Amino acid sequence: MSILLDQNTRVIVQGITGKMARFHTRDMLDYGTNVVGGVVPGKGGEEVEGVPVFDTVEEAMAATGAEASLVFVPPPFAADSIMEAADAGIRYCVCITDGIPAQDMIRVKRYMYRYPKEKRMILTGPNCAGTISPGKALLGIMPGHIYLKGNVGIVGRSGTLGYEAASQLKALGLGVSTSVGIGGDPINGSSFKDILEQFEADPETHVIALIGEIGGPQEAEAAEYIRDHVTKPVVAYVAGLTAPKGRTMGHAGAIISAFGESASEKVEILSAAGVTVAEHPSAIGETIASVMAEAA
Amino acid sequence: MDIHEYQAKEVLSGFGVTVPDGALAYSPEQAAYRARELGGDKWVVKAQVHAGGRGKAGGVKVCASDTEIQEASEKMFGMKLVTHQTGPEGKGVYRVYVEAAVPIAREIYLGFVLDRTSQRVMIVASAEGGMEIEDISAEKPDSIVRATVEPAVGLREFQCRQIAFKLGIDASLVQQTVRTLQGCYRAFTELDATMVEINPLVITEDSRVVALDAKMTFDDNALFRHPQISELRDKSQEDPRESRAADRGLNYVGLDGNIGCIVNGAGLAMATMDTIKLAGGEPANFLDIGGGATPERVAKAFRLVMSDKNVQAVLVNIFAGINRCDWVAEGVVQALREVDVDVPVIVRLAGTNVEAGQKILAQSGLPIIRAATLSEAAERAVGAWKNDLSQGVKLRAIS
Repeated sequence: MSILLDQNTRVIVQGITGKMARFHTRDMLDYGTNVVGGVVPGKGGEEVEGVPVFDTVEEAMAATGAEASLVFVPPPFAADSIMEAADAGIRYCVCITDGIPAQDMIRVKRYMYRYPKEKRMILTGPNCAGTISPGKALLGIMPGHIYLKGNVGIVGRSGTLGYEAASQLKALGLGVSTSVGIGGDPINGSSFKDILEQFEADPETHVIALIGEIGGPQEAEAAEYIRDHVTKPVVAYVAGLTAPKGRTMGHAGAIISAFGESASEKVEILSAAGVTVAEHPSAIGETIASVMAEAA
Repeated sequence: MDIHEYQAKEVLSGFGVTVPDGALAYSPEQAAYRARELGGDKWVVKAQVHAGGRGKAGGVKVCASDTEIQEASEKMFGMKLVTHQTGPEGKGVYRVYVEAAVPIAREIYLGFVLDRTSQRVMIVASAEGGMEIEDISAEKPDSIVRATVEPAVGLREFQCRQIAFKLGIDASLVQQTVRTLQGCYRAFTELDATMVEINPLVITEDSRVVALDAKMTFDDNALFRHPQISELRDKSQEDPRESRAADRGLNYVGLDGNIGCIVNGAGLAMATMDTIKLAGGEPANFLDIGGGATPERVAKAFRLVMSDKNVQAVLVNIFAGINRCDWVAEGVVQALREVDVDVPVIVRLAGTNVEAGQKILAQSGLPIIRAATLSEAAERAVGAWKNDLSQGVKLRAIS
């Protein structure tokens, strides 16, 4: 197993004819992702990297049986595309797009809640690097070769910091069950807690790495969930110890605006919940390795 | 993006929020003239800067005559207003707003924010107006009234009434309060704000509900659909390095330290700053050059970082995934040949083709200090800076 995605998951790419989308569609196909189609309104009937393009998600699903979608649509139109996927019955959607207005995301989330939980699409992102189940499939823009297949579940906000963790693990001979990017935006599809729930239930995941940063309540919410519901060991790193209050640090959501949102407060909250916190980013790999050795 | 008080008031009054009569001035003479135009016998002169806490810092003055207005605004113009929200360098005053004074019976705090827990717009109100919301939550948390807005139906009248009654507003003024709240909410959602703060919202002695102050912040990601809001940008209120970076598509935040950082990805950039701090140094900036570390972007980044005169070493930390390290290394070498960098440069590359990248750096003939891990890079950056100091080298003078 793994979570959210494996080699059998049928994937469509929304906005597939864009330059970046084309590039990453090729990359995903080479990795072994089961990309079955793309969607671009008005370009139905065309082909990109050998996969058929459809005008609507509904058509693409009818023709290909797609279950998952990757959204590469520019920010002004991305929210609409996510809603289209949710409406068509896509099970899992990853949105890569950076720069979606926050109020659009409020509407997206409200729209998704029209559906009962068992029919509700799972969304990760926006503004994330995607999800990878190493050795099986990759749905996103990360370099697949830096991930070994294994038993560490990674969930994080940041793309390159997640790569950093995966490559430290690889250097130690440790692999990843699934790595999920939840993105750097203030209003996002899935929270740390949502993904922790999945990792806790996944037999292939033995230890969980949570890579957080300043801003927002989701690390604290995760800590509470870990304390009460997670039996697997959790390792965390929180970026932004030196970030000043009230300034946005790159990610739209990386801003300390309330109590409990600074890196040191989050570290304290996570530690109190029994999470092992890596003190600096270069120690993420070794901290996970020692926690795994202890658990074994 | 922040806007000035007078701009926020103009925006909000377009949505039915009552504001005092006021006029903008660019000189003390103009301020006095505009006051005479407004009429009355008492005015408030308010320095227009993008920060709260102006009152305590001398940026708000009640005046009763032409002379007083002239004197008050003369003091304000050209002043760097330092409040708890501006940082020690303060913000320059280039415009003042003159308002007819309003007889105040009661002050209320009113704020609209994006609440990340409920992932909705939240209204925060308190009967303790005039105080900062941080102080209200610390000192009088029970006075705070909150409500979240269901996005599909918007802010309902019953919610506004509930807030008004909880604040103890007289029944005869509830309708006006409802209109004010709904106007703010409509402005918030229709214009893609991320914050609207009216502090204080006042009940006047003649029974009107008036926004005495107003602050609005807008979602940068939504400015594309609000050209009329983009026009309100005032670069004089921004850190010049940050506006220059933003104009070049780089994400930069200036800090007080002396080790410059060039990193790809926001999370990794923060992690790099943290590692510098742990190694005993202080980061000079946050800088995310984005996913594609092209030679052009790396060169722009070096120019930007070197424009900060406090920078005494530069740490480059790039995780090359899709873009290979050899390509990134070429970019760093090319940038260092183009840009005059007279401080130690430490480069840490990771990811695809890292050996090829290291080789390019080594063979460039440039005095690049290489590091394999992030902590090693930070230690070397701090070490190089301290070494230069101990040798008594006049930093930034050797090139």
